[in-house]
Amino acid sequence: MSLSTPWPARHHSATPPLPLLGCRVRAGFPSPADDHLDTELDLHAHVVKRPAATYFVRAEGDSMRGDGIHDGDLLVVDRSLEARPGRVVIVALEGELTVKRLEQQAAGPCLVASHPDYPPIPLAGRECRVWGVVTHVVHALPGGQR
Amino acid sequence: MIALVDCNNFYVSCERAFAPALEGQPVGVLSNNDGCVVARSEELKALGIAMGAPVHLIPPSLRRRCVLLSSNYALYGDMSRRVNEVLESLAPHVEPYSIDESFLHLDGLDVAASEVLARELRGRVHRETGIPVSVGLAPTRVLAKLANRFAKRGDGVCYLAADAATTQAQLEQLPVAELWGVARRSAERLAALGIDTAWALRQTEPARVRRALSVVMERIVWELRGHGAILMDDLEAPRHHLLVSRSLGRPTTALHELREALRQHVARAGEKLRRQGSLAQVVRVVLRTGPFQVGRGAYRNAAQVTLAAPSDDTRELLRAAQQALAIIYREGYRYQKCGVMLMGLVEAGAAQGRLLAEDSAEALRRRRLMATLDRVNRELGRDTVRLGLPRRDSGWKLRCANRSDRYTTRWDELPRVRT
Repeated sequence: MSLSTPWPARHHSATPPLPLLGCRVRAGFPSPADDHLDTELDLHAHVVKRPAATYFVRAEGDSMRGDGIHDGDLLVVDRSLEARPGRVVIVALEGELTVKRLEQQAAGPCLVASHPDYPPIPLAGRECRVWGVVTHVVHALPGGQR
Repeated sequence: MIALVDCNNFYVSCERAFAPALEGQPVGVLSNNDGCVVARSEELKALGIAMGAPVHLIPPSLRRRCVLLSSNYALYGDMSRRVNEVLESLAPHVEPYSIDESFLHLDGLDVAASEVLARELRGRVHRETGIPVSVGLAPTRVLAKLANRFAKRGDGVCYLAADAATTQAQLEQLPVAELWGVARRSAERLAALGIDTAWALRQTEPARVRRALSVVMERIVWELRGHGAILMDDLEAPRHHLLVSRSLGRPTTALHELREALRQHVARAGEKLRRQGSLAQVVRVVLRTGPFQVGRGAYRNAAQVTLAAPSDDTRELLRAAQQALAIIYREGYRYQKCGVMLMGLVEAGAAQGRLLAEDSAEALRRRRLMATLDRVNRELGRDTVRLGLPRRDSGWKLRCANRSDRYTTRWDELPRVRT
């Protein structure tokens, strides 16, 4: 018998919930209750804004070190976001999912790595489809890995 | 207005969403146990490989040109959930009909507004899940289903009016057997009455259809005329999976009420399963709060259990379903919907492997078990199937030689991206 479920890590944490204190004011009308409302902090809800459109992927390689993406890191990808210059995007490039920063350069839009060994990839004349926008990196430090 | 949103070549589209290299390739997905082709990309259809074609009958020269993948039910179940979530964010009342089709009730929207919404839905679903969908718009379900067919041939959205010359022309072209809800036997009986096209059926006196065939067939006549009459349960289930999902009578926080609702759903699904002579391999349970709950009050999750062996025994299905429910149930939420989906269906006679002997009093079940046993042994050689006691370590193995990773439900199988 095997089991699979999305978000297996959620609500399985052994640590007690932290009270929500000193939270920053959110956009929109401030609710008078906000000052009195303490609730469990939900990291998943904080990071995943659109669950239906959010995917987790695993990074391979070191060309994006400058953007804080290391080999083996977990990336949170939101497919509902628009790929704009400056954003780190996942693209389907020559049949492979690839992560790079999108930049508008003199020669047109380019995929740029954040490592000196990797030259920019101009998009002109290349078959390339945006797959999603990377919103967060989860990088495990020593002691943080299981 | 009713919209039917149907995912194009759903299983193949799920695979392509995570493996861009499959784009443009002839791709097929195989049934449980890698027996036959149950989903085809357009390129595979173009090669002349039929729906349901047994893999071993595809010539090797042709097979080498195709990518044939084992079923990845965890992936399809999760992608189906995502598609429905996107639909729910744009439309008020979404009613999943199968793993890849949902009805949307667009009450109060006129044709122009519905078409605008349909295009928005298409764009959003494709962008957020990678799954291409087609949308059929019409005043009734039966017409919406037809409209969807036309949408697939055209630009992805099609509106079919009940009383339009174009609709008449299309219904006149359509053999009645191809109409949704008309099984082959019914089509033969209709043909005997001289009714062979959808238009001829529409023009027949509804009471006459009821007397000659059934109430359901009469409802189809009303639907073709633009009057909503069909209930979800009237229609035959799709062949490769079964879905029973309902809103609860009233929202509840209590686990025992959810268990009872789930028990009813599983019983219903089990009945359907046996009626069509199938066994299920995978039991998926979906649980959620109301669509208007946001923030803290909102919760939804799903879990699926793969059975040790395919089964049509409601008790086994129920045990798996309750196990899944226990995993996803959280206290303190007001649940509005709970559903069960049976996937990986195989024909009862085609299930290979060890069947379990049980000291059950149900003579009927025993008889069927024996009949199946005999047939499998006759077809595949003596002692292919033997009765024995269940042993955990020698369980029936789902053959899935070429399954893709479960990209969205397993931490160790996430998609890999090159930096």
